[in-house]
Amino acid sequence: MIKTDVIIIGAGPVGLFAIHQLGIKGLKAVVIDNLDKPGGQCIELYPDKPIYDIPAVPECTGKELTDRLLEQTKPFKTKFYLNERVEEVKSKEDNWSIKTSNNNEFIAPNIIIAGGVGSFEPRKLSLKDTDKFEGKSIFYSVKNKNDFKNKNISIFGGGDSALDWALELSKLSKITLIHRRKDFRGAQHTLEEIRKLEKQGKIIIKTPFQLDNIEGNEKIQSITIKDENGKSEKIETDIILSFFGLVMKLGPIAEWGLNMDKKNISVNPNNFETNKKGIFAVGDICTYPGKLKLILSGFHEVALASVECFKRARPNEKYKFEFTTSSKVIKARLGKK
Amino acid sequence: MFYILALFLFILIYTTMTKITYKDQQGNSKTIEVENGLSVMEGAIQNDISGIDADCGGSMACATCHVYVEEKWLDKLPKAEDGEVDMIDMAFEPKKNSRLSCQIIVNDELDGFTVTTPEKQS
Repeated sequence: MIKTDVIIIGAGPVGLFAIHQLGIKGLKAVVIDNLDKPGGQCIELYPDKPIYDIPAVPECTGKELTDRLLEQTKPFKTKFYLNERVEEVKSKEDNWSIKTSNNNEFIAPNIIIAGGVGSFEPRKLSLKDTDKFEGKSIFYSVKNKNDFKNKNISIFGGGDSALDWALELSKLSKITLIHRRKDFRGAQHTLEEIRKLEKQGKIIIKTPFQLDNIEGNEKIQSITIKDENGKSEKIETDIILSFFGLVMKLGPIAEWGLNMDKKNISVNPNNFETNKKGIFAVGDICTYPGKLKLILSGFHEVALASVECFKRARPNEKYKFEFTTSSKVIKARLGKK
Repeated sequence: MFYILALFLFILIYTTMTKITYKDQQGNSKTIEVENGLSVMEGAIQNDISGIDADCGGSMACATCHVYVEEKWLDKLPKAEDGEVDMIDMAFEPKKNSRLSCQIIVNDELDGFTVTTPEKQS
């Protein structure tokens, strides 16, 4: 059980800025995120796309914004728990305890939910029976290449993940790459490599085709793919690898007893507290009259929430508002003289 | 005087709104007056049309506002840009007439425009 002042759920831009706002007030935090790296939507959805509405930053990409926020939070040496989803939130006297999918347990007087639209999960195939084969013959990621040796593998998708794995696994197995249109959006040089292998008969490319049926009982034996005109083909297949990107799912948050408005958590706009004392929601996931889903709104929200977190974590101390420019205490916390 | 004002207002509202029809896979259909300049996605969200999620808020980054456009309207829309087609790759059951509704901007030309929402968005 790890004890801290604040548990931050979500390592997107607002979750990262929370570290800073709490840190300058002398509060310790941990960050939990379901993705394998910090940055949230900025890193997962638009790492290369420009953002123009960060005050005093005329233009930056999602990746640059994330990198700068990480730089800004460095002095606080905050521990990140990545690839973990918060499954359970329970009250424990005046504290909240949290359990993650990796069975890590945390306890703190405050939780800040900066969860965006929920946690990112692979977009799953939607044919019937796909659940039954998941983890046995249907995979949405490759953890250990050796599990994919000497097999007939059908890879679906047109992006970098599909192309990269088609190329990589073609060294170990027989690959069929299937995509719904002729153009692939993945890196052109990878595609050129794959086209070369196609000419040598080492990879089969099937376009414009989509998955239509899966045949097999215990294991997959073959799949049927169909084109736009209804023409279908059967492909001998042991393993399906599907790369249709990630979707955002609210997940267990909906079951924590928080007041919700559609997919958002209702908060008090004075301190961004939810209906549960000590649980705050900031950024895209929160809602209140006039809410705008902007990164800059999230920064404001977390600044205010951090004050309330201080009051709960340090009930015997008086909160003193200070400017970073002039406060010796804050400068010391930032490692500045 | 009041009548003239009312008539004026009526004309103003009438000419800046366009009828958009949203159908679902069960055959339910809803026709909404959507303000010109808004996207077909925003029209749906503001009017609580189920079947369009729009998780990313219209930044062409998630494919959860995916719709099928009625064939006769396809040519009347500006062509989808590469970024949109790339996102449609990820959508649930994409077809030839698939578009992201956040990229279709409502205007007078689209009066009677009809889309069908897919069985699900993700």
